[in-house]
Amino acid sequence: MDNLELKKIAAEARKDIIEMVYSASSGHPGGSLSGVEIAALLYFEIMDIPSFTDPDRDRFVLSKGHASPLLYSMLCAKGVVPKEELKTFRRMGSRLQGHPDMKKLPGVEMTTGSLGLGVGAAVGMALAGKTDKKNYSVYCLCGDGEIEEGSVWEACMSASHYKLDNFILIVDNNNLQIDGEIGKVMNPYPINEKLAAFGFDVVTAEDGNCFDCLRSAFGKLTEKNGRPKALVAKTVKGKGVSYMENQAKWHGSAPNENERDQAVNELDMELARLAEEEK
Amino acid sequence: MSEDIATREAYGLALKDLGAVNDKVVVLDADLSGSTKTSNFAQAYPDRFFDMGIAETNMTNVAAGMAACGKIPFISTFAVFGTGRNYDAVRQSICYPNLNVKIACTHAGLTVGEDGATHQSLEDISLMNGLPNMTVFVPADAVEARAAVFEAAKIDGPVYLRFSRGKTPVIYPEDHVFIPGKADVLRDGHNVAIFACGVMVSEALKAAELLYGQGVSAAVINVSTIKPLDKETVVRYAQKCGNVITCEEHSIYGGLNAVICQTLAEECPTPVRAVAVNDVFGQSGKPDQLMSHYHLTAMDIAKKYKEFGEK
Ligand SMILES: Cc1ncc(C[n+]2csc(CCOP(=O)(O)OP(=O)(O)O)c2C)c(N)n1
Ligand SMILES: [Mg+2]
Repeated sequence: MDNLELKKIAAEARKDIIEMVYSASSGHPGGSLSGVEIAALLYFEIMDIPSFTDPDRDRFVLSKGHASPLLYSMLCAKGVVPKEELKTFRRMGSRLQGHPDMKKLPGVEMTTGSLGLGVGAAVGMALAGKTDKKNYSVYCLCGDGEIEEGSVWEACMSASHYKLDNFILIVDNNNLQIDGEIGKVMNPYPINEKLAAFGFDVVTAEDGNCFDCLRSAFGKLTEKNGRPKALVAKTVKGKGVSYMENQAKWHGSAPNENERDQAVNELDMELARLAEEEK
Repeated sequence: MSEDIATREAYGLALKDLGAVNDKVVVLDADLSGSTKTSNFAQAYPDRFFDMGIAETNMTNVAAGMAACGKIPFISTFAVFGTGRNYDAVRQSICYPNLNVKIACTHAGLTVGEDGATHQSLEDISLMNGLPNMTVFVPADAVEARAAVFEAAKIDGPVYLRFSRGKTPVIYPEDHVFIPGKADVLRDGHNVAIFACGVMVSEALKAAELLYGQGVSAAVINVSTIKPLDKETVVRYAQKCGNVITCEEHSIYGGLNAVICQTLAEECPTPVRAVAVNDVFGQSGKPDQLMSHYHLTAMDIAKKYKEFGEK
């Protein structure tokens, strides 16, 4: 897909994320916004998903389940979730639970929310694929704070032990967790070296909010060599909403009406710019 | 009654004050210090506060090691991660060797609200109750929460403290004395004994008022120590009232209802009805909507009384 189209999808997704969190008066904008380009590139260019029930489809697991608005924005863009339904996010009876629920919403590949568990489940999907001699790949997005969980590394160990070159771990390296900078709270660096030591082919995307940069990084991770893949994407938490960028406080708080308006304004301007470019 | 206060708020303030009088107290958190309110302690005593990152199992084992060296660690995170994620570490590294670690968790139960089922722990009391050497406190309000923190520090062994996210009514006067292991009779009555813990205590008091309006005399007993259970008070009130209702923001299995039924089955068989979450997971929603949906309100408690039939 061309970059312009992807950028439009990204800006729309950001608006959806803001509207969801605003209408729920709760939720996690920061880590949803940082992963938009990663998810958009996967859903609209890289992954092959003829339908969400096709057993041969590529799979996306959002291990950092608190970024559910990101996943829902993608499922909306894919036509699985009607735009109207986004307003039900986090409300009683909604399919759009605070953290993704695979039994409530088709298209959610794995129920997540307790950090560090989705990575292992994604490895399980990749292992099942290998066992059944299928060609699908499993993409798993996890947080850079999330990788402090030991279970992430157990999952990595097993991915490499079972030679799962169909498993691609993406670390959303926005450098922030709740209590502050990851290096100050509980330093997980160096991330690339650790993943390499666990047997992964590792590539860095120096700008994880840039489609070209991500595309070229993913392009280096396609070799069927029996090694699992990892992409460390250096992103900006809160990306696309000026006052949220790089601010830990926007990890898990909702904008008020003024803040919502400002965010939507900025994103509308971005969409207008893109429309201009298209002409 | 003064303004509503969350028990987690009281926890954070008490922890800081405890730190001032007991320099063996250390606090560990798992990237949630702003939410659990251990940030109060962290600011006052930065050299006795350790953020362990998003790694609850390791936090639990590290606390065990610090306790083995004479510290009194309080470990905090959400109840679902502080009792479930790290369960084996609590069992093997803390309870079996009977080490002096306090597992002080916030955001217990359905009143977590919008985060949904993954974050609503409805099994934590059950998990912690099942462990030998463990003491289990479920404070009913901010006053009791504060007192429970200080009492926990006096106990030489593992203690689980369960705190809530949302603001709840303050039931006790500030000078209330919390006695560990003692159930507190808040209201006397003779038709039904309502045993409650945590946020359900204030609901039970409201239910007793509703029942009073219907000519039913309900006793309300705050069971803030679930383990060891105050069997004497439980049996005495079951005998006195002849009917028992248990109320908890927890699964129907393994919590307050379970320990009370067990006690009464052996010592004083009595009809018991449970107000609890009936073996299902929660979901996203506003706390009060969830409490209604899962039948955990004063009205639900009062309705339960009808199930006992004519007496
Ligand atoms: C096991 C577990 N512990 C704690 C939490 C609470 N929590 C939710 S998000 C978060 C921080 C996540 O940081 P990071 O992985 O860097 O995510 P991002 O920056 O991408 O939002 C924490 C501690 C959780 N959901 N699960
Ligand atoms: Mg992060």
